[in-house]
Amino acid sequence: MSDDRTISRLPDGLWTQPEVSAPDLGDIGNIEPVQRIRVPAAMTYDYTPGEAPTRFLMGLAEKKILGEKCPVTGDVYVPPRGMSPAVGLPTSEQVEVGPKGSITSFCVVHIGFGVNAPPTPFVSALVLPDGAAVSVYGTVLEIPHDQVRIGMRVEPVWADDADLAPSFESIRHWRPIDEPDTPAELLKGHM
Amino acid sequence: MLSAPLVIEYPFNRTTGPVIGAFLTGLQAKRVLGIRGADGRVVCPPVEYDPQTGAPLTEMVEVGTEGEIVSWSWVERVRDGQPLDRPHALALVRLDGADTAMLHAVDASGPDAVRTGARVRIRWADELQGLIGDIACFELVDGDGGGA
Amino acid sequence: MRDVAIVSVSQSDHVRALPERNEVEMVQPIIEGAFRNLGASISDIDFVCSGSSDYLAGQAFSFVMTLDAVGAFPPIVESHVEMDGAWALYEAWVKIQTGHADTALVYGYSKASPGDLPRVMSRQLDPYYQAPLWPDSVAIAGLQARAMIESGKITEAEMAAVAHRSREAARGNPHAQLQGSAPVEELLAAPYLSDPLRRHDCPPITDGGVAVILAAGDRARSWVDRPAWIRGIDHRVDSHNLGARDLTVAPSVALAAAKAGVANGKVDVAEVYAPFSHQEKIVVDALGLGDDVVVNPSGGALAANPVMGAGLIRLGEVAQRIMDGTADRGVGHATAGPCLQQNLVCVLEGEG
Repeated sequence: MSDDRTISRLPDGLWTQPEVSAPDLGDIGNIEPVQRIRVPAAMTYDYTPGEAPTRFLMGLAEKKILGEKCPVTGDVYVPPRGMSPAVGLPTSEQVEVGPKGSITSFCVVHIGFGVNAPPTPFVSALVLPDGAAVSVYGTVLEIPHDQVRIGMRVEPVWADDADLAPSFESIRHWRPIDEPDTPAELLKGHM
Repeated sequence: MLSAPLVIEYPFNRTTGPVIGAFLTGLQAKRVLGIRGADGRVVCPPVEYDPQTGAPLTEMVEVGTEGEIVSWSWVERVRDGQPLDRPHALALVRLDGADTAMLHAVDASGPDAVRTGARVRIRWADELQGLIGDIACFELVDGDGGGA
Repeated sequence: MRDVAIVSVSQSDHVRALPERNEVEMVQPIIEGAFRNLGASISDIDFVCSGSSDYLAGQAFSFVMTLDAVGAFPPIVESHVEMDGAWALYEAWVKIQTGHADTALVYGYSKASPGDLPRVMSRQLDPYYQAPLWPDSVAIAGLQARAMIESGKITEAEMAAVAHRSREAARGNPHAQLQGSAPVEELLAAPYLSDPLRRHDCPPITDGGVAVILAAGDRARSWVDRPAWIRGIDHRVDSHNLGARDLTVAPSVALAAAKAGVANGKVDVAEVYAPFSHQEKIVVDALGLGDDVVVNPSGGALAANPVMGAGLIRLGEVAQRIMDGTADRGVGHATAGPCLQQNLVCVLEGEG
């Protein structure tokens, strides 16, 4: 191990853990010395989203993307959390945004994660719904991943009517639409 | 009002170091180790640094598998993951040869069966894995057989 | 040392559960209240520090989300402690002492209702020896109560008297969750919740929070007539090895009290964070307070216990009484960890 990384040194030199002496337990059979333990911990919570996210989720059940407006700047935040992060005041005026949007950033995922991930490779993207100030997260399908680009126009693909629910899963994914790309300058500050 | 169950789960894979590792290895062999503190008193379960002075500790010693209850409370409402699935005592137990106490469950038929000073012994788990749960629980030496 | 004072205190009306709101929606009115007391805004604040725990509501980075309630744009100087807001106040006090800030917004909050709090609290215990046993926080506190009772330092009747006095005092606290108490005889007739603790010996589970504004020197004087000056503040921790501690005493309280200078003057009022009824005596004795001191006129944690906020509330309640002139000098105490393991002591005083 080279000595060229920065390690804080105590006045007497580098501290090391002193050797531990243990009594001889005699023959304890084939027991390996324990060096690590697995101690999984799980806790269950009864999650409630709060007023503004509830309004947003109810909108998704009706195929609407509902942001909420900052009372000072007029920026529309989606998904809304209840407060405008810029001014710390409640947002309560709902504004329907999208449903169309522009891709503000994306990445091509080659290693899937979670039980619901699409087959790899797939595109994870930030999509700025028309009229919103910030982007929402989603997956982009129905296009070869090497053709996806920033500024690309997309629309949500909704779940079947029978499956619509107050849930982000009401938007299955986003797919490209035949419109000219949004210029990059218009997307700055809206990721 | 919308609500949904949210499960937060952590796999937690922890290294033990030489002191805790030696203790857990000992448990797998149904033996209990403590460690001598800065003032000579035996700390069990053992720790790497003295609880009062913070000095690194190195001399591990064997302690007994029986001891006495130093304090206890009654767990009427049992929760997931606890050592017993019926009401039991939560206790601090000082094993013979140790000067500090270990936290664990005591199997007893009710709070009337438990008292500070009562002698208890380790009930070992059927499967020993090098975890604190190798001690399934403690049971009263002058037993009432526990809540089973 | 710079003179630093608490100049504004704002609390929620504490309740058992606030499921209709998320943490951001719960915290924002509290912060707005702290600003409104002074006619101030985030632009008057040099440093923001909060205390909270993600484990309570199961929300990772909860404190990042609640910054929406502060209006953190343009970007602010901000910090967080995964501890009671009292320790966030300590960090803010240090920040001001270093000269890097003249004013600070400090807040602490808890949304414990979504989870099983006594089970969640087991995550703070030793990860090798204790947490895998999932001991609930009430049974853990019961170990200390039993030690107190069997050593003759307290009786179950005295514990019930503390619970009764606290919740009766809370009738005068518009923010308290539990106001009023059954008579002591009736309390003692109730069954044990976790022998030796009865339900009345235990704090409620609470959703709520608190926000406080600190300011230095003349800035404080420009905002309020009678700032609550922090004359001393210190925090200490005892061993996390529960079995190696004498649970009937709290040496870290005594040490923090000495370092904070509690004994340097008369104490009119003390607010101590003693969530279980047997703990008030341990803390009051360690603080060295006499019988003439009014303890927990707010009702204390037995009347409202928003974990992560209840300690900061104690400091705020003392500060409030100094600012409104009902007290000249007081002590606020906060605790963390099982059985009063870690403690913060703050001495507050008014001028003139």
